[in-house]
Parts: sequence; structure tokens; C-alpha cells
Amino acid sequence: MNQGVSVAKIRRNGAFYVAESRIRQMSKWKGIITLVAVGNPLFYLVAIGIGIGILVTENSGTSGTGGVEYIVFIAPALLANTALLGAMDETVFPVMEGFKWRKMFYATNSTPITGPQIALGVFIAALVRVAFSVFLYWLFLIAFGVLSFQDSWMAAVVAMYGGAAFGALMMGVVAGVKKDDYFLTVLGRLVITPLFLFSGTFFPLTNMPIYLQPIGWISPLWHTTELGRYFGYGAEVSTTMLSVHFLFLTAMLVAGIKISNIRFANRLLK
Amino acid sequence: MPESLISARGLTKKFGDFTAVDGIDFDVAKGESFGLLGPNGAGKSTTMRIIAATSRRTSGTISILGRDPEEHGPQVRAHLGVVPQQDNLDTELTVTENLYIYGRYFGLSKKFVNKKVEELLAFAQLEEKKDVKVEALSGGMKRRLTIARALVSEPDILMLDEPTTGLDPQARHILWDRLFRLKEDGVTLIITTHFMDEAEQLCDRLVVMDKGKIMAEGSPAELIKQYATREVLEVRFGSDRNKEVAPILREMCDRIEELPDRILLYVEDGEALLEKIVAKKLHPNTSLVRRSSLEDVFLRLTGRSLIE
Repeated sequence: MNQGVSVAKIRRNGAFYVAESRIRQMSKWKGIITLVAVGNPLFYLVAIGIGIGILVTENSGTSGTGGVEYIVFIAPALLANTALLGAMDETVFPVMEGFKWRKMFYATNSTPITGPQIALGVFIAALVRVAFSVFLYWLFLIAFGVLSFQDSWMAAVVAMYGGAAFGALMMGVVAGVKKDDYFLTVLGRLVITPLFLFSGTFFPLTNMPIYLQPIGWISPLWHTTELGRYFGYGAEVSTTMLSVHFLFLTAMLVAGIKISNIRFANRLLK
Repeated sequence: MPESLISARGLTKKFGDFTAVDGIDFDVAKGESFGLLGPNGAGKSTTMRIIAATSRRTSGTISILGRDPEEHGPQVRAHLGVVPQQDNLDTELTVTENLYIYGRYFGLSKKFVNKKVEELLAFAQLEEKKDVKVEALSGGMKRRLTIARALVSEPDILMLDEPTTGLDPQARHILWDRLFRLKEDGVTLIITTHFMDEAEQLCDRLVVMDKGKIMAEGSPAELIKQYATREVLEVRFGSDRNKEVAPILREMCDRIEELPDRILLYVEDGEALLEKIVAKKLHPNTSLVRRSSLEDVFLRLTGRSLIE
């Protein structure tokens, strides 16, 4: 063994070595990642700001959106959505790749790196992607005059926090997927799309019939969006509800990491 | 007695009701090239995974460099270079990047890894492919890269699971040459294979495994001496006539094996026996005298061919 190999050092930094390698893998897709990060806000802001936004404002003013323009109302939701989708991309696919498609986690685990370190490394790299995408989106929102630079940075931070919580949970879920036949289709169409539509993204959740509102209550997108609205433009959210939103996301984050640690360790140590 | 790097006693691994490894004992000495020979499903790869601290044993004991791999997984793996049966390289990264990121997993400095990568590219004869994505490499190149990757930490023990399966003859010989060099450098090699020629070429000592058990242990020459004769005469009379002639041939030597397409006759002097057969007017369609191999040992021990 080379004298430079130090198990104590690997125990401390193992997750960062994995993150370093994940970021290197991600860099192969940097063109697409940047295109999505730039194109997504551009399309949404033009379509919703100029198109739907005008329609809503002309018909109901700002009464249904808490006194702010429609585009301002949905801006925190778009930030949150970007964070969650970015987190999903960088957890679901790498974990499927690592365990199933190209089995690279098994190569990583044949070094002193452990399963939980691989999970944490993937998670750290996902956060880097989330931070990049959310930051760019936030800059667009400022450039379009939707949010103010000084007052809305916390909206970007809570969006990243929501992305982290959702990413951790997705990682834990996907680490348990043995057959991927329908998983991604079901995930995309029956989880992500309803999440986007029923989480108070385009209209307040309270506009929905009460029997549909629970979809929002269990949705990290709704909790993240509500926090974003509070921090982004000062929407009215009670202290109790602020705590509920934070606690929900924190519980999801902690549970996601715990489940990931257990599943990564067990799946790699047969 | 040379220093023992690996020592296993009563090593057992069960998957539900199926026993993959069934109470095996073995030791591997420092600098030794140790082989696990057996057909698919013999328990070789499972044994490798237990040694590599990536599989829990059901019972028995195993010590690698004095440590239990289940309790000290990262410490044990720090000493190992692992070449799995299927190349699990990152096909989207380049050859150099694959070596680099693996070196980083061992906590090695960027400076050291960058220098080591150059050395390994030369070892694996991949200098010209250093900036090529792995997906564009041939099977033999990928295999050499996987071996080079396992060497990035300068391991004490290199573990190779079926290193040449799926490679063409030329690629196999290039790979054997690389492994010989490592052997000469004193690296301890543990090799699983179902190719007897590979085991004979690369292993100082080996165990023959079947159905999770060790059937025999020794150097290739010792095993052949103990379980086979010096030469083997292979005769073919045609699938219909083989059965008819076999009882006559059985009288002419100590041991015969009837295979579906040919009869194997175990003797010290194959040519002399062939002359006797011809003298009896039993003219085989084809005949071949060859040296006994580990295939014959396996056939003797299990009654089955290695590749079925």
C-alpha cells in the first residue's frame, strides 16, 4: 500500500472525494445543465410574466395572489421547483447509475470509501447543482424586476433548503429500487407532475377543494414555496406555519439522509 | 512458513437456503499468486467479495492482514486492489479521469495521483488513449484499464475476478504479460478463473472449488501429478462407436473418461497406448496425445468438465 493512503483521512474526507468525482461527471453535462438553468427561467418568465400574468391581472387584479402581481406570486414557486427538479436529477439518475445501470458505486466501495460516504458525496454534489441552478434563476428574477436583490436572497436560500430535503428523500427512495422498469415513468408522471400542479405553485393551495389540499400538505414544493413567498416578497405566513414548513423540510432532510445511509450500506455489503 | 496475508477457516456464506461457500479453509502467503479455480457458481466470486470486505460471511473466520474485514472494512480495502468480473468503469469519463478519481478515493494527493496515472497508462499500454472516453475503448483495453485502476494505490493484494473472460486470445496474452510483471514485482495476486490454462500460467498455488467446497489444493503441477497422469490420449470414434469401444479401451489403461464427443485415456505414455489401440484394429477417427491439465484434474475430482 502506498504510504499516502490514510484511512483516517479517508474517513474525514471520503464524501468530498465522491462529490469531487460526481462534479467531474456532471461537468460532462455542463452545456445541458447551463442551458436548462438559463432556458427554464427565461421561458417561464416570458410565458407567465407576459402571457398568463397579464391574463390573471386583467381579470382579477392582485386580489387572488395576496396583493402582488401574478409573476411575483409564482416566482418563489419557480425557484423552489428549480431546486427540487435539480436535486431530483442529481440524486435519482446517479443513484440508478451507481447501483444498477453502470454499477459504479461498487467500484467506489471497493476502495476504503463506505456506502454512507458515497450517499453523502452524491448529496453534496446535488447541492452544488441545486445552488447553481437556483442562483441563476434568482438572478433572472432580479433582472426581470420580479424580486428585489436586497430583500429576496433568503427566498433563494430556502429554495435550496427545499431542494436539499427533497434530494435526500429521493436518494433514499431510489437506493431501494431494484427494478427500474417503470420507476422513472411513475415518478415523473404520477409524483412530479401532480407535485407541480397541486402544491400551490400557480394558485394558492386554499383555492383547491379541501380534499385535494392534503397533496400540497405533504408536498415539499408547497412548504418550500410558502417559505419562499414569505422571504421573497413578505407574503403573510403565520409564525406557526413558518415553523411547520421548516420542520417538515427538516424532517424530510433528516429522514432522507438516514434512509440513504442505511440503504447504501446494506446494498453495497451483501 | 512465509507470512500469511489472508487466513480463512470454516468460511461459509449462505443466501437463504443456498450455500454459496461451504466451510472452506485457505491461507494466502505474501507475494504468492493464489488461484480459485472452478466452474461458474462454484463460490469463487462470493469468496472474493468476502475477502474484499464487501460481503458478510454467514459463519467461520477470515483475517486479512490480521484484520476482520467485516469489522475493519475501510482499513482492509485500503490494502486491496480489486478487479471485478465486469468492468465498472465510468464510461463517460476519460481513461485518465477514471484513474484519477479512483486514486482520490484512496485519499492520495492530486500530485501523487497525477504522477501515478502516467505510470499506469504506460503499464496498461493506454498512453495514446489517455484522453479518450472509456466508452470508446475495446474490451481488452477496458480490462487493462480496470487492472491499472486497481493498482493506483499500490495495493499489497491485487484481486482479479475472472480477469480474461470475454477477451480474444491476443488480448488475453497481453493481459497475462501485465500480470506476470506484477507477480515479478512481488504483488500478491488472488485470481479466480474457470480457464485452466490461465490458472496454470498465473498461479503458484490454487484451490479447486465446486459447489462451494474446496476439492483440492496445491500447485498446478502438484495437482496434475496427484489427480492425473503425465499424458492424456484423446480419441474420437464417432458418437455412436465411442460407447461400443469404451469397454475395450478401459481394459488398456488405469482410467478413462467418456465425454459426449470423445474418450480420454489417462496414461504415462500416450503414443505407446495409441499404437496398441491401432494394433487391435480399433482405428479412431482422430487422436491426440497431450499433457494432462487442470481440466483433467477437475474432471477427476468432480466428474464434470469445467466449462459445461
